[in-house]
Parts: sequence; C-alpha cells; structure tokens
Amino acid sequence: MRVVLRTIGEVSVTLGAILLLFCVYLLWGTGSYTARQQQVLQRILSEEPPVEVAGKPRAGLGLGNALALLRIPRLGGDYRYALVEGVGFEELRRGPGHYPGTAMPGEIGNFVLSGHRTTYSAPFNRIDELVRGDEIIVETRRRTYTYEVDRVVVVDPADLGVVAPVPGLPGRDPSTAVITLITCHPEYSAAQRLIVFGRLVRGEERQA
Amino acid sequence: MYGWLWRRLPGTPAIRTATCVLLAALTVAGLWFVAFPWLETWIAIDHVTVHG
Repeated sequence: MRVVLRTIGEVSVTLGAILLLFCVYLLWGTGSYTARQQQVLQRILSEEPPVEVAGKPRAGLGLGNALALLRIPRLGGDYRYALVEGVGFEELRRGPGHYPGTAMPGEIGNFVLSGHRTTYSAPFNRIDELVRGDEIIVETRRRTYTYEVDRVVVVDPADLGVVAPVPGLPGRDPSTAVITLITCHPEYSAAQRLIVFGRLVRGEERQA
Repeated sequence: MYGWLWRRLPGTPAIRTATCVLLAALTVAGLWFVAFPWLETWIAIDHVTVHG
C-alpha cells in the first residue's frame, strides 16, 4: 500500500513539474525562436536591395518572407517587428503576419495583420492599450506609412468581416487605406479576438 | 519509482547521481525539443486568426 501511494505521489509531482516546464516553454522558450528569426528578418529588410515597384512590395511575395517593419511608438521606442507574409502556424512563429490577398502597406483596402498575444515573443500582447490617434508605422524598404488607430473592439473568432477590404462591410469596394491588427482575447485564451482598426494618414519616401 | 531507479543503477553513489542528472537532462531535452513543440499545436491558448 505504501509503495502504491508513494508511486502515485512521485508520478503526480513529476507530471506537475512537466506541466510547469511546458508553461515555461510556451511563455519564454517560444520567444527565443521568434527573437532569432526576427534578427534575420530585420537584417534582410535593412540590407536587401529594394525589390519593389512604385514603392510596393512585389506581388506574390512568398510565405514567410519579410514584408515590412512595424513600429508602434505607444508600445515603446524600441518596439519593432519584421512583418512576414502569411498567417499560418509557421509564419506566425516568426513574427506578426500579413493576411495574403489583403491590401499591401499603404494600398487602398485593408492591410490585415495577425500576431501572437502570449507566445512567440507576444508581439501583439499590448495592442489593447492602443487608443484613438495612436500611430502604427509600417516601413517598407522605400516608404513609410503612418496609420492612426480608430478604435479597438473584441469580436467572435468567426467574424470574417474584420478582414474585408472595408472592415465590417464585406463585398463593398474600398476607397480608403485602412489597417487591421488581430490577436487573441482574452490573454491565454482563444475564445475571442481583439481587433485594432486604423486608417492611413500619410505615406512618405524613406530617407536613405 | 525513483527509489526503484536508484536501486537499479550500477556504480557508486557518485556515479549513480551523475547518471540520474544525465537521464533528467535527456528527459528535459526530449520534452523541450520534441514533445512540447508537438503538444503546442494542440493547445489553443494563442490562436490569432479569424475563420468562418
């Protein structure tokens, strides 16, 4: 009897330790992967010769490739993430991802980004702190686009309207350039999505 | 469980301790690099896309 009880105790303590280790992996271990990937992506963005035509990244950018640099001054002067093309599991491990098929930076339509809230460096962890008028800056190799936050909302995960060219009005033709950031909500849950809407206020040539 | 393992290991206590540390390290590495990345895809704590 004592042997059985002791074994149950040892197994329980071991499973508890493994569970704790898994939490460490999710919250910290995954971030080290993203940090390494971001180093590479940001170097590619700063070094590679422009491959854009008329200030826009080339069409058909491959999944997982660096697209532009994202800066959000409200979240700190050193807040910068290389955006990648695609929102699959592999792409989002590398950094915030751009929904393929939605508008490119600065383009008329909806420039849609998804990013992790709690794992993989949690790039979008604090986007709930954004308020109306905050700047979201997207730097492609040639141009800097500045968007301003309009509103922050929480929606159902099935609400596809947020990725429409005119958010909330699927099927409508867009006439303005807007940005949409998507992450999960609440933290550590997949029950809802936190959405930040913004609109383009200016686009300018980057100083070389 | 651990008592049984300890009795089965050969050598002096020092060698047994070293073996235990090695086994623990291998276990952690296996979890970290193989089991956790697999398990993670099944855990929905950070899904960030919308889908119909």
